[in-house]
Amino acid sequence: MVMPVVPFLILFPLFMACLMYLIRNDNVRKITAFIGAAAIMTAVGILTAQWSAGGCQVMTLYTETPLADHVILAAEILLMCVVTILCFEYHKYWISLLSILPTSGMMWLELSGSKIASSCHVYIDRLTILMCLIVGVIGGLIVIYATGYMKGYHEHHKDLKDRSYYFTALLFLFLGAMFGFVLSESLLWIDFFWELTSVCSFLLIGYTREKEAIHNSFRALWMNLFGGCALAVGILLFAVYQNSISLHELVTCCQINQFLVPSGDSTALGVPSIAIALIAFAALTKAAQLPFSTWLIGAMVAPTPSSALLHSATMVKAGIYILFRLSPAMYGTMTGSMIAFIGGFTFLATSLMAIAQSDGKKVLAFSTISNLGLMVACAGMGQQETIWAGVFLMIFHAISKSLLFQDVGATENSLHSRDVEDMHGLLYIMPRLAMFMFIGIAGMFLAPFGMLISKWSALRASIDERNIILVIFIVFGSATTSFYWTKWMGKLISHTHLTEKKIPEVTRPTELLSLSVHAVLMVLLCILFPLLSKVYVNPLIEEMFGSVTDVLPNNVLIMLSFIILLVFAVPFVSYVYSRKVTFNRKGSYMNGVNYGDNRSFVDSFGERKVLWLSNDYFRNIVGQRKLMKPSQIFTASVLIVMLVIIIGGAAV
Amino acid sequence: MSTTKIILVICYILFAPLIGGLLDGFDRKISAKMQRRVGPPLLQPFYDVIKLFSKQVIFVSRYQIFFLLSYTVLIILTGVMFFAGTDILMCFFVMSTGATFLYFAGMVTSTPYSTMGANRELLQMMAYEPAVLLTCVGFYLAEGTFNVGQIASSNVSAILYLPGFFIAFIFILTIKMRKSPFDLSTSHHMHQELVKGLTTEMGARNLAIFQVTEWYENVFLLGVVGLYIINCNPYSLIAAVLVVFATYFLEILIDNTSARVKWDTMLKVSWGVTLFTAGINLIILMII
Amino acid sequence: MANIKRSPWLLHYDGSSCNGCDIEVLACLTPVYDAERFGIMNTGDPMQADILLITGGINAQNQPTVRQLYEQMPRPKVVVAVGVCACTGGVFKDCYNILGGADTTIPVDIYVPGCAARPQAIIDGIIQAVDLFQKRLDEHHEKKKQKKSGNEVKANG
Repeated sequence: MVMPVVPFLILFPLFMACLMYLIRNDNVRKITAFIGAAAIMTAVGILTAQWSAGGCQVMTLYTETPLADHVILAAEILLMCVVTILCFEYHKYWISLLSILPTSGMMWLELSGSKIASSCHVYIDRLTILMCLIVGVIGGLIVIYATGYMKGYHEHHKDLKDRSYYFTALLFLFLGAMFGFVLSESLLWIDFFWELTSVCSFLLIGYTREKEAIHNSFRALWMNLFGGCALAVGILLFAVYQNSISLHELVTCCQINQFLVPSGDSTALGVPSIAIALIAFAALTKAAQLPFSTWLIGAMVAPTPSSALLHSATMVKAGIYILFRLSPAMYGTMTGSMIAFIGGFTFLATSLMAIAQSDGKKVLAFSTISNLGLMVACAGMGQQETIWAGVFLMIFHAISKSLLFQDVGATENSLHSRDVEDMHGLLYIMPRLAMFMFIGIAGMFLAPFGMLISKWSALRASIDERNIILVIFIVFGSATTSFYWTKWMGKLISHTHLTEKKIPEVTRPTELLSLSVHAVLMVLLCILFPLLSKVYVNPLIEEMFGSVTDVLPNNVLIMLSFIILLVFAVPFVSYVYSRKVTFNRKGSYMNGVNYGDNRSFVDSFGERKVLWLSNDYFRNIVGQRKLMKPSQIFTASVLIVMLVIIIGGAAV
Repeated sequence: MSTTKIILVICYILFAPLIGGLLDGFDRKISAKMQRRVGPPLLQPFYDVIKLFSKQVIFVSRYQIFFLLSYTVLIILTGVMFFAGTDILMCFFVMSTGATFLYFAGMVTSTPYSTMGANRELLQMMAYEPAVLLTCVGFYLAEGTFNVGQIASSNVSAILYLPGFFIAFIFILTIKMRKSPFDLSTSHHMHQELVKGLTTEMGARNLAIFQVTEWYENVFLLGVVGLYIINCNPYSLIAAVLVVFATYFLEILIDNTSARVKWDTMLKVSWGVTLFTAGINLIILMII
Repeated sequence: MANIKRSPWLLHYDGSSCNGCDIEVLACLTPVYDAERFGIMNTGDPMQADILLITGGINAQNQPTVRQLYEQMPRPKVVVAVGVCACTGGVFKDCYNILGGADTTIPVDIYVPGCAARPQAIIDGIIQAVDLFQKRLDEHHEKKKQKKSGNEVKANG
């Protein structure tokens, strides 16, 4: 079966990227970007439709593609050249090695001989389609949002050179890379698209070309390329050992080996298990897990659309995606426990650090890492239940984080600050943006939104697995998670400090369009949760594991819909009620020394003092400076020790 | 749903405030006795609430009542779900959503005492949540299910497997019931540094609603205590009631014998106790 | 009609008193006098209070504060002036900064004399205030009823 939509999805964004780069007229580019985003979304729709018309079966396509292989190799070399030149330009010579080494390895593999068994290059199943939908829909919306946002961004940052054309081009390039990544089955292709997303992220972080941006972008580059090296080594090992470059073969091969060693002695599994460990390690860098979390936090200097698209909604999910793919092979192995441990630890540690942040984007960054940690832990346990939870986490996280990032960006353009403290009373200043933010945050942790349900099943699965440490991580991590989110929400609804000052809202229609679609999607998914589970995610688990048991018992599902109804209805009814009731308004209690209003009081000199309320941050206890280094050292040593054990054990 | 469950739920909705109020009355009476006073009449909490309802309705922020009512309904829902014998983890999730609304009710006024109280309320939530979730984990390990109905009809009382979890839960119950030394967010006794904390801006009816909700919540929490004891033997019900009373008495005793601590002490101590008692119990259970 | 006599909550404000009366007010709440047996509670919060106990005279600086606290209390409410300073200004009456007793600023219902006022007298004053507190509520309801029936008559006519 030939599906022209697959190459279209990969190549069309590339074409759009060139177009974006060439069109220098803002309005023309805006319309073109709009059309391009719409075309991508339609293409994803067509792909989904075609695939479901084929009975939602697993599809394997493009068995013989010598031309494409060569093109990709050439592109990879080109990519290496670009990275090397940039590294030399900014005097970061050693980073270029991280690009040259894996690329030469790949070149050697492809050109040295044709002993590799041919297999399909494109693999489409439910997980692929899900990733495509996330990338397509959210990516498309973010591109639409970006057209409006970049205008506001450059009005706000007058000192920066407007290179929106370059920015939009990179966004499209990234979309293409991401489609390529999730559709590929060939490990060589995966490696190439992996590197391409890393480089896109690097270029986007450095967009402003300020000192800090360049510094952070190179940090992101080396960490991601380092992961890329591990990936390349893993692929090479497997290719040489098994003469195959198929991702699924790797997984099956490892599973068979496990089957042959029934003692459960996971160290004696040989080369494929080393390959799995290395690839999983690469996924950790991509998903910004500790000790590699700093690159994602540094990435927040980039304009918001790139943060939303790359650094929370899609690119970091590439790491999760590959872990999900590997999870059947990781179940019960040393690699699995390593991944689960690192994920769980990251979940707790970064959610603690998020408490100390007051910069909105930083909070989002930490919470992204933290949630990714939970997904990584789910993948590491590699059970049906955990993958089920992980898939839901991924869906909900992608949407609500994208919504939140865009919203914080839009707020920053109007408020000229993205500090949570400055959002005091945002609900009364910019009600629309505040409502969107509210929905997004509620989606991240409140009952009955999806994230919570996923946490529920992740917790249950880790109990079933008798994984004590993970239970503790999840239990404490969810307490800290609710703390920083609730704190933020409280800030939004407080009566404003700024009653006198009117702040004009400069949100553009394109931004609002994207935000509203996200919010509607969020609520819809929450309502359709049981349906989604039955129709899509359960079969997805079946594809991966060959069987499926309902993760959520029926009574829980029924209760869930009941709670959903109530949680939406109760605030609504009480809101209507609170509008109708007649009250006697009193001044607030400030020991009887209010100065006319609730905003100020009379001090002991008889003068007016304005009240300024702040949240708790505990910077001295859970601050990034306090916790980041120790947890990096800790996780790094855990990783090194475990990798040595895995590799050493398998090699002996 | 069986008829007993429906009866239980209806009983909860109707009688929980009565039981909660009476318990509150006992609390005040016993506290007074501990201080060698006569103390208020047993029905004093009801007199208070009736009075609060009949006073002039006042507000500082119009939206406070909106959050308070949401809080009330969600807490009642928590209890209903619990006594209907559904998933205990879900009960606690709904409870913490309810508690979030209480936090909002404190924040929305944007006034100094109320906001500080709300911030502390949030800290309290962070302090007790691990123990609450671990309680559910414990039940799941002991009985193999989160379902309250099934846990209640098991052959052996859960407490035999979960003594550590029980201690952790009793410990955080002090926070949840707003008893000294952990009554950080609202001060129930006299005026203190936070005035009335979270409830400072709640006058008249708002305070009454808050009070009644507290009663609902207390009955639910004591129900969870009872769940540790109850098994398929009907006599265990009597034991459960006795243990609930003993627990309540213990809370009153703690309340009257301790001074309030700072927030960081609360957080460290409650997390420490949770990790230590529940953690050890967890390890033992998982290994066996 | 609700019986609200059994739950009077106090707000205690110290004007420019010498602290003698304040100590006596707090003494009421100790186990010796145990004001809580009448349901009396000392809240620090005007929004939750029914009876304002005020000690000491009014001066220029605390006048707006007293007014504000009184304003913040929901109806029905009663004011008790405790001690001779709160009643009339007492020995400080002729000081340059003293405006007089509490009644110069807010309507005072019950006067409890004494320097300092004894706890028994204070409790007695509160009990009298409680009767007034109930009466005010009853009057309020009565008025409401009359208004309603008046409206009905109008509608019928």
